[in-house]
Amino acid sequence: MLFKVFPRNELETLYDVLAGYHLVGPQVRAKDRGGQDIFAFDYIHSFAELRLDFTSTVHSLKRFLLPPRENLSSFNLDNSGWEKNVDLGIYKPHVFFGLHPCDINALNKLDKVLTGSVYPDPFYTGKRKNMFIIGVNCSPQPWCFCKSMGTDTVLSGFDMFLTDLGDKYFVEIQSAIAYDILMELPIAEPTETDHRRFVELMDERNSKFSCQVDNSDLTKILDLEFQSPVWQEWGKKCMSCGTCANVCPTCYCYGVKEYVDLDLAGATKQRHLYSCNLIDFAMVSGGHNFRPESSDRLKYRYYHKHRGFQEAYEESLCVGCGRCGQACLAGITVPDVIDSVRRQEVSK
Amino acid sequence: MNRLDFVDVLPVSQSYKRKSDLSSFEYSYKAEITSVYSLTDTEKLYQIRIVDSEQRNHFTFKPGQFVMLELPGIGEGPFSISSSPTRHGDIELCIRAVGNMTKFLSKVPRGTQVGISGPFGTSFPVEEMENSDLLLIAGGLGIVPLRAPLFSVLENRSRYKQIDIIYGARNPSELLFTYQYQMWRQFDINLEIIVDQADADWQGPVGLITEILKKRIEAAGNDLSKNTYAIVCGPPVMFHFVCDMLINAQLPMQKIFVSLERRMHCGRGKCCRCNIGATYTCLDGPVFDYWSVLNMKEAI
Repeated sequence: MLFKVFPRNELETLYDVLAGYHLVGPQVRAKDRGGQDIFAFDYIHSFAELRLDFTSTVHSLKRFLLPPRENLSSFNLDNSGWEKNVDLGIYKPHVFFGLHPCDINALNKLDKVLTGSVYPDPFYTGKRKNMFIIGVNCSPQPWCFCKSMGTDTVLSGFDMFLTDLGDKYFVEIQSAIAYDILMELPIAEPTETDHRRFVELMDERNSKFSCQVDNSDLTKILDLEFQSPVWQEWGKKCMSCGTCANVCPTCYCYGVKEYVDLDLAGATKQRHLYSCNLIDFAMVSGGHNFRPESSDRLKYRYYHKHRGFQEAYEESLCVGCGRCGQACLAGITVPDVIDSVRRQEVSK
Repeated sequence: MNRLDFVDVLPVSQSYKRKSDLSSFEYSYKAEITSVYSLTDTEKLYQIRIVDSEQRNHFTFKPGQFVMLELPGIGEGPFSISSSPTRHGDIELCIRAVGNMTKFLSKVPRGTQVGISGPFGTSFPVEEMENSDLLLIAGGLGIVPLRAPLFSVLENRSRYKQIDIIYGARNPSELLFTYQYQMWRQFDINLEIIVDQADADWQGPVGLITEILKKRIEAAGNDLSKNTYAIVCGPPVMFHFVCDMLINAQLPMQKIFVSLERRMHCGRGKCCRCNIGATYTCLDGPVFDYWSVLNMKEAI
């Protein structure tokens, strides 16, 4: 990996170089009841909107890759039959300016399933291939447990990665295009002082992670405690609303529906993101539900993230961003659930 | 200013399908419902032919695999192929009218164009089963996925030893493929049928499928450990009882195969609707050996 530095006030130059593309970044959306900024990923129209000092966004950037609703194909219908058309719906490369390591790791994890060797998803892959990613280091929040999930740093899946050294940005470069773009800025080789400052900052950041999850032997524990009454307790709390999946950067489950146009001349096949917590997730025609209770579904959610994905790809599907816990109406958080399964009791 | 070039992932010609091609994701063969037989009040057998002759001949599947059947604008669903693999893209699907799409399907006339994608999933290892006795055990609609391996076996009857079909249904009016029983028996197959509730005309036994199975196991001296394979398809509750009996009769669990039903929206290992734990029924199933079933949480 190549490392460079550029003066802090040149960030706007970098923005200007990329401003001709669809540029998505963190921006302030509103204030919460405590007066804190609420951030969101959205299209940025001026440099002033871009807030690289953001804490965490409520939603992940999933809507740019896996939109809540997406047309898979359309049909022209007539009396003799039909023609199917597939439209990937991507027209322009997107620049994602300011992704935290957890969100980049989330993309890397999604890639394993969605761009894999068996039935790669062209809709996701198409968007993914047209992404230019600028990562930025974060300041750990009280709900972040990415350190426990091993996703507090990121080694791949970005074009360049920025760390604020105070008067300059330290930049890790991972693609030729990124290097080419940086040539427009007065970049310099990092000095010994920059190296030390970078390491100091990383140490300081590491000391700030306050939320932890004990993942040791978790796959086995989840198997052992599959019938545990702890799940029933969480099932009673869970409202099966699916908010956790909505905000999760790695939840990719979906359902497919088809719609006929009012004039009967066409039809659309649409997929909509779904949540395994919703009651009919595993219900088959005829009415049999393979997971009828909210506890079954909540357990499955954890089982898929922390056990199944681990089995398939040697890593957890959870990146520890803590969004689900922040958004959950019942206050269910991943660290609490995993802790209770380990200890076999639910704290009140 | 054009450093970020647009990367198009789909080739211009959306030709057909290899599992690893991006174009295979939404590809469906255009097919025609050539005929429809009513088997019972709710189940119909649809004969479906892939329209393009080259595609039809290239379409190959293994017994136990399924296809996604699509009615444009109505819906798409997974269905086990119920016909002989040697017939390539001339397939038969037996479908119960029970949901939105299947009820619509039960009303369409023959000649209707549908979309077929697949085949998907794992299959029954009929070649591995050669030179053995076969126990095919089906409850209700379970006879449907079982019919494809049955055809394979019938076409190679000399390679198999004793073949037993044990088939249970709720009542005689729900029995499927009644017109083929005579033919199966002529192929030297012991076909035993049992119903839960008899009607006035019913001559056969009444009760549960396990009663027939018990007799069959006793006839084998309570020892199925040598040279026997079993295929079990049916409602979830049936698996426990039947598979336990087979295990007790010392049939090795890797010689018992089941076909599991789950909700599916893609068939391609993406939508997660069919997951058991984190095993995709569409990729690693629907056919599992009984060891895999025991090894998965909440499978049966």
